[in-house]
Amino acid sequence: MRLETHGLAIGYPGNRVAEAINLAVEAGEVLCLLGPNGSGKTTLFRTMLALLPALDGRVTCGGTSLASLGRDEIARRIAYVPQAHSAAFPFLVRDIVLMGRTAHRGMFAAPTAVDHERAMEALTSLGMADLAEREYTRISGGQRQLVLIARALAQAAPLIVMDEPTASLDFGNQVKVLEKVRELADRGLGIVLSTHDPDHAFAVANRVAFLDGGGIVAAGMPRDVLTAERLMDAYGIKVEIVTLPGGQTVCAPGISR
Amino acid sequence: MAAWGIVGTLAVATFALAVFSALVGAYPVSIGEAARILAGWIAGSPDGSTAETVMLEVRLPRIIAALLVGAALAGSGAVYQGLFRNPLVSPDILGVSTGAGLGAVLGIFLSLPIVAIQGFAFAGGLATVATVYAIAAAVRGREPVLVLVLAGVVVGALAGSVISLLKVLADPYDQLPAITFWLLGSLASIRSADVWAVLPAILIGLVPLVALRWRINVLALGDDEAKTLGVEAGKLRVLVIGAATLMTASVVAISGVIGWVGLVMPHIARMLVGPNFGRLLPAAMLLGAFYLLGVDTLARTMAQTETPLGILTAFVGAPFFLWLLARGRHGWE
Repeated sequence: MRLETHGLAIGYPGNRVAEAINLAVEAGEVLCLLGPNGSGKTTLFRTMLALLPALDGRVTCGGTSLASLGRDEIARRIAYVPQAHSAAFPFLVRDIVLMGRTAHRGMFAAPTAVDHERAMEALTSLGMADLAEREYTRISGGQRQLVLIARALAQAAPLIVMDEPTASLDFGNQVKVLEKVRELADRGLGIVLSTHDPDHAFAVANRVAFLDGGGIVAAGMPRDVLTAERLMDAYGIKVEIVTLPGGQTVCAPGISR
Repeated sequence: MAAWGIVGTLAVATFALAVFSALVGAYPVSIGEAARILAGWIAGSPDGSTAETVMLEVRLPRIIAALLVGAALAGSGAVYQGLFRNPLVSPDILGVSTGAGLGAVLGIFLSLPIVAIQGFAFAGGLATVATVYAIAAAVRGREPVLVLVLAGVVVGALAGSVISLLKVLADPYDQLPAITFWLLGSLASIRSADVWAVLPAILIGLVPLVALRWRINVLALGDDEAKTLGVEAGKLRVLVIGAATLMTASVVAISGVIGWVGLVMPHIARMLVGPNFGRLLPAAMLLGAFYLLGVDTLARTMAQTETPLGILTAFVGAPFFLWLLARGRHGWE
């Protein structure tokens, strides 16, 4: 299934944040969205999830406009992974993951045995099965992020939108989450994620879009979009893009000292 | 499952307390006599004894009312806390109790019959929530829950000052004592007709809460996340708050204002069975029923003059809540 935006304008009434956004993500692909603070990444995601109405243009999923779909229909197509948060109440990890099954059941239904199985499968596939009976409020931030990804897997949507899934995680957990993201895309899911770190885009993205100054300034292969000139331009800092002997590309900021 | 064991234990304890409460009081009844009276009532052959009158016309309606009021307040408290994602929220937060209080005080002030006073209380509770909701809907673009809670506090304060005004204007010998007593909360004047009058409203409120128990869990994640999980968060929220308000307003109409039950009981229930609403709701309702029946039994047995319930629930509830705060955030971090 393909998630696309067509001439999309995003923002709030009286405040157009960005416009003429044309993006697409396919099955098996990671699209990485970068851009400075305030460029509208979160607003774009909220619009792609139908949490905000499009000011112009439209978002389609498998060719159908989101505006014509009900919440449950959207949820069966697109799953959302928010930044790891602390829940208001100490739900069990298993219950949090089970909530991903809501769109597959009726209004008045509680999760069935099948849903419990799917939730456990999702946790197991991320190596988190032993956390199932723990309280979500009492596990680490990295574990929470993985639990929220497990919930998206239990939701069984072909597309996943992740809002800065590596933010507020320690260095090790960032890498672990990115590994999982790549693994999920290789399993055939289409993933859109936002990040502040160009290295993350180099590491997992098939394609990158750079949002700045009210629109997408560049989109394409990571090496073509994330050039030293563009990053210097957008962030006003010195940057060097280096390819390591192992073939990995990294972005090194030049901090004068 | 352990949680259901706890719910079962609560049910048994509540039933045992109800039996005990039926036997004690100004006119003690032995358990054999109580059984005989109940058997006679079921067989439809009353014996006309004093014990029978006390049991069937005074004590049983009052016990059932205490159970209903406690269960409804604690149940709707659990709903509000979940929906507003704030464990400090209680049925009072949307102005339900104060609004119902204003309705009842107005009824007493106008010297209306009891039934009309109850109707006013009920209408006052619902009207206050509707007002709060209308204000929150008009103030868009801000944190919706915060606006709702603040609107509830402000409208509640406004209703409170109208109550004070009516107290000043009321007849100090006839109306003022009735108003004061009602605002303090009491089940002393409950008759079986009161119980029958509120039972349908409580059930109508309870049915959607039980039916939607899983989706209410999802709502506790916040509107955005709930929507991306496939829940029509806005509509569901209105429906669930409406149901909880119906339960609160209908019991406030017969009991007067009884605070703290809706705040404290859901907390204890959450510590016992966790936040999953399918188990939290029955646990909170049973705890509320047990607690209010216990307090009401104390209120009518511990002294010659009846102590108003609202005072007792505050004496027990306020220190308990402080203890909860001091003890740490487990259960609602």
